[in-house]
Amino acid sequence: MSSPTAAAAPAKPAKRVKRNRLSGGFFRFVLTRFLLIIPTVFILVTVVFFVMRATGDPISAALGGRLAPDELQRRIHAAGYDRPIIVQYIDYLGGLLHGDLGTTMTDNQPVVSILTRYGAATLELAILALIIALLVGIPLGRLAAHHRDHASDAGIRIFAILCYATPVFFLGLLLKLVFAVWMNVLPSSGRASLSSEMQFTRLVSPTGLYIVDALQLGDMSVLADVLRHAVLPALALGLLTAGVFIRLVRTNVIATYNSGYVEAARSRGVGEGRLLGKHAWKPALIPIITVMGMQIALMLAGAVLTETTFEWKGLGFMLSTYLKARDFVAVQGIVILIAIIVAVVNFIVDVIAAIIDPRVRY
Amino acid sequence: MPESTATSVGVPGDTRLEKLSVSKNRHWFSKLPVVRQLGIAVGWQKGMLIVGLVLTCFFLLVAIFAPVIAPYGYAQMKYDDGTGFPTQAPPSAEHIWGTTVGGYDVFSRTVWGARTAVIAIIVAVVLSIFLGVLLGLVSGYFGGWVDRVLVVIADAIYSFPSLLLAILMAIVISGGQSSMWGGILASGISITVVYIPQYFRTIRAEVVRIKGSAFVESSKVVGASTWRIMTRHLLRNSTRTLPVILTLNSSEAILTLAGLGFLGFGIEPTKAAEWGYDLNRSVADVTAGIWWTAVFPGLAIVLIVLGITLVGESLNDLADPRLRTRKSAGEVIGSIEDTSVDPNAKPDAANQVLAELDAMDGRDAAGDSTTVGDAGKEA
Repeated sequence: MSSPTAAAAPAKPAKRVKRNRLSGGFFRFVLTRFLLIIPTVFILVTVVFFVMRATGDPISAALGGRLAPDELQRRIHAAGYDRPIIVQYIDYLGGLLHGDLGTTMTDNQPVVSILTRYGAATLELAILALIIALLVGIPLGRLAAHHRDHASDAGIRIFAILCYATPVFFLGLLLKLVFAVWMNVLPSSGRASLSSEMQFTRLVSPTGLYIVDALQLGDMSVLADVLRHAVLPALALGLLTAGVFIRLVRTNVIATYNSGYVEAARSRGVGEGRLLGKHAWKPALIPIITVMGMQIALMLAGAVLTETTFEWKGLGFMLSTYLKARDFVAVQGIVILIAIIVAVVNFIVDVIAAIIDPRVRY
Repeated sequence: MPESTATSVGVPGDTRLEKLSVSKNRHWFSKLPVVRQLGIAVGWQKGMLIVGLVLTCFFLLVAIFAPVIAPYGYAQMKYDDGTGFPTQAPPSAEHIWGTTVGGYDVFSRTVWGARTAVIAIIVAVVLSIFLGVLLGLVSGYFGGWVDRVLVVIADAIYSFPSLLLAILMAIVISGGQSSMWGGILASGISITVVYIPQYFRTIRAEVVRIKGSAFVESSKVVGASTWRIMTRHLLRNSTRTLPVILTLNSSEAILTLAGLGFLGFGIEPTKAAEWGYDLNRSVADVTAGIWWTAVFPGLAIVLIVLGITLVGESLNDLADPRLRTRKSAGEVIGSIEDTSVDPNAKPDAANQVLAELDAMDGRDAAGDSTTVGDAGKEA
């Protein structure tokens, strides 16, 4: 039913139309999608603000019981927490527009400076974990799809479910137990040893990404030290995400593998390997990329637990530290930061999906 | 329908059509979600479903019989004679899984923890299904600006990391830590808030799809009340995917509860046993080489989540025809030999078709053709 010439003929004009649409339609799509970030962030900020304030003001939460009632009252008044909640809310939104997320209660720092100081650590962990997740998830997912319903498929799927079923902090503890305590080959916590940290202070423009900084120093022993510290946390967070990726890749490749155009290619004599690698793979990529983007957002939640387990001083570690100190201004600030990051990542993912698949935009 | 066809046009002596279970009334038990799928599943899929069910039932039993199974209470730190438990003791005859740094018996706390986990799942799932389905129905059926606002809010919450949202809710509800029921309710409600958007989105999408169909229109014409249309026609027809979301959410609920506990926002150890809290306490132990305080509660989480996820994944696969394991017999129903009447054929000749139909007998074939097609035995 599908001779090669018939298939090629309508493809040409379609391509020309696509190029024309790329200029106007694509940028309109990007702009609309970008503007959609605003309501999303606005809703989350609103929800977070009122939810946090439902417990009372942050000063009583953090210092209540430790200060005399009149002193507490004075502080609350000074910080403006006795004003009507709506006024405070508008005030907070105003600050947010200027990039001001408030000041932490416990150590009196601007919340934004937490992002600049600890954001890089989380970014590094997330990138390393993502690399592991992709390296493990995509090949295994394709293998499982290829050997569908055979023993290897079942085995890979059970591995994927195990990855997903293991809480990231438990996996972290197990890895620590085996590699840091029993075999004693890898460090159990932290981002680098003290001597390496000292080396970094010499840098003129430290990026905060220790791997990049170590390369800047050009010191191989520092780089090795940083990598050794990163292996276990990245593995814990990466395997968690890999479980989701395996399932995602498998499902989508199977779905496209059964579709009409793969069948058509098969009937034209295209080999199975090429079918799997090209015909079934490319269309499957679109949903895979979209969901992967959402996973990156979810990785931030995983990072909170991973960083706590490994004392990896990033945003997540700071979040759990401030949580324990009941410093709710800091918690609120970090949560809103993460919300913004999530919204921006989702935007980028949608744009990438639109570049790959013209059907996404309109 | 097939029954009347069978009696009117069937070849005398050929009982094949009668043996087809299409559209026959079946026992209510075989219509239950999981039982139905158990009948459809074949091969590995069936194995995964069964393993999942066994694991899930095991934890349910442990949760129910926790007082009988556990040798000590979850907050017990002393023997009956008043002497205290040893702390951080390795597994022994008295404490088969050892004791924690606080002097709790690991085995007892792990067993009691199953009860906490199961209660938290039930609270979370019941609440979020109830609210999510209700909102989805109303929003999808009535539409308008309420619908649009709800969709935007649901999407915003949906894209947000659920653990962070649960932390916020835990702060609001319990202000940190609390009693057993307070803690479980706090965790349950925090998880609920996170999962309402999922049910909301699914149900709403189905309702929007269904509400334009003819049977809804006609019931409107007949004068059925809005309530009746919503419950009878829309709700009944939009719950198709619920079992899958339900199981997958239950497993996420456990992970969220454990995550909350690990961050110190769970339930106080004296009020109930909670695996996440126990793992939190074991972080320092692990560095010292004390493995038993971390491994057992951790394995409990892994196994219960594994069990529920296996059930959920299998249900998901079976609900999606593209992912379902397909085995022969599918073409048989519609094939020429089967539907045409060959006067020369001996009615009870055991041909291929008959054999396959026999193999199918008693299996599920509840009406839709894809189900019939996949009901055959594994080749």
